[in-house]
Amino acid sequence: MAKIYSETTPKNVNLKPKDETISFLLNYSKALSVINYNKLKFEALLN
Amino acid sequence: MKKGLIQDAELVSNYIKGDENSLSLLIQRHKQKIYSFIYSKVYDRDITEDVFQDTFIKVIRTLKLGKYNEEGKFLPWVMRIAHNLVIDHFRKNSRMPKFDNTGEFSIFSVLSDSSLNAEKTIIKNQVESDVRRIIEELPADQKQVLMMRMYQDMSFKEISERTGVSINTALGRMRYALINMRKVIDQNNIVLTN
Repeated sequence: MAKIYSETTPKNVNLKPKDETISFLLNYSKALSVINYNKLKFEALLN
Repeated sequence: MKKGLIQDAELVSNYIKGDENSLSLLIQRHKQKIYSFIYSKVYDRDITEDVFQDTFIKVIRTLKLGKYNEEGKFLPWVMRIAHNLVIDHFRKNSRMPKFDNTGEFSIFSVLSDSSLNAEKTIIKNQVESDVRRIIEELPADQKQVLMMRMYQDMSFKEISERTGVSINTALGRMRYALINMRKVIDQNNIVLTN
């Protein structure tokens, strides 16, 4: 296989999601409540 | 009990029962793998962040709605969701090119290369030659009408004058030509898309 020199793979990047993203997700999870009514399921975001 | 020893399945089941902390543990445990996986596909930090967030929103909703089944393992399931969202992202982007907000004006954002690349040219040629082969299979009268309509761009009035049949007959022949072509395409599983 020929080597492609023109593209360098990015290295040493800190591959982690931002803390804001994580905290958003955790808050989203806390806010989301699913209400069961008979066989129906309702989603509600209670902030 | 040590946190590290709790299995994913147990954390998932605790989370479904209402333990929010389990979700936090699950995210902490797998965030790097999932994030790297997405980044390896999109090569953009912002998009990776978005896809990562959408992935977990989907995970949270599925778990809370009780739609998660314990058949597979948690991480491969999340990876699959991330993978699908990456595909969605590329699909959406090919329809709607991204606005590159770097402050610099890029001429390529308003110009597009409408010429086909090598692969598309080959596919186009193949499709065209397949279509021509199928047309050759048609009965002569249908083939004549179809060639006049599609390749010579004649109206049905002109076709009827040239061939000496009524317009309705010409329309009927065109209709049967298309029906027969579809039949041949279906029977032989010919793919005519590029």
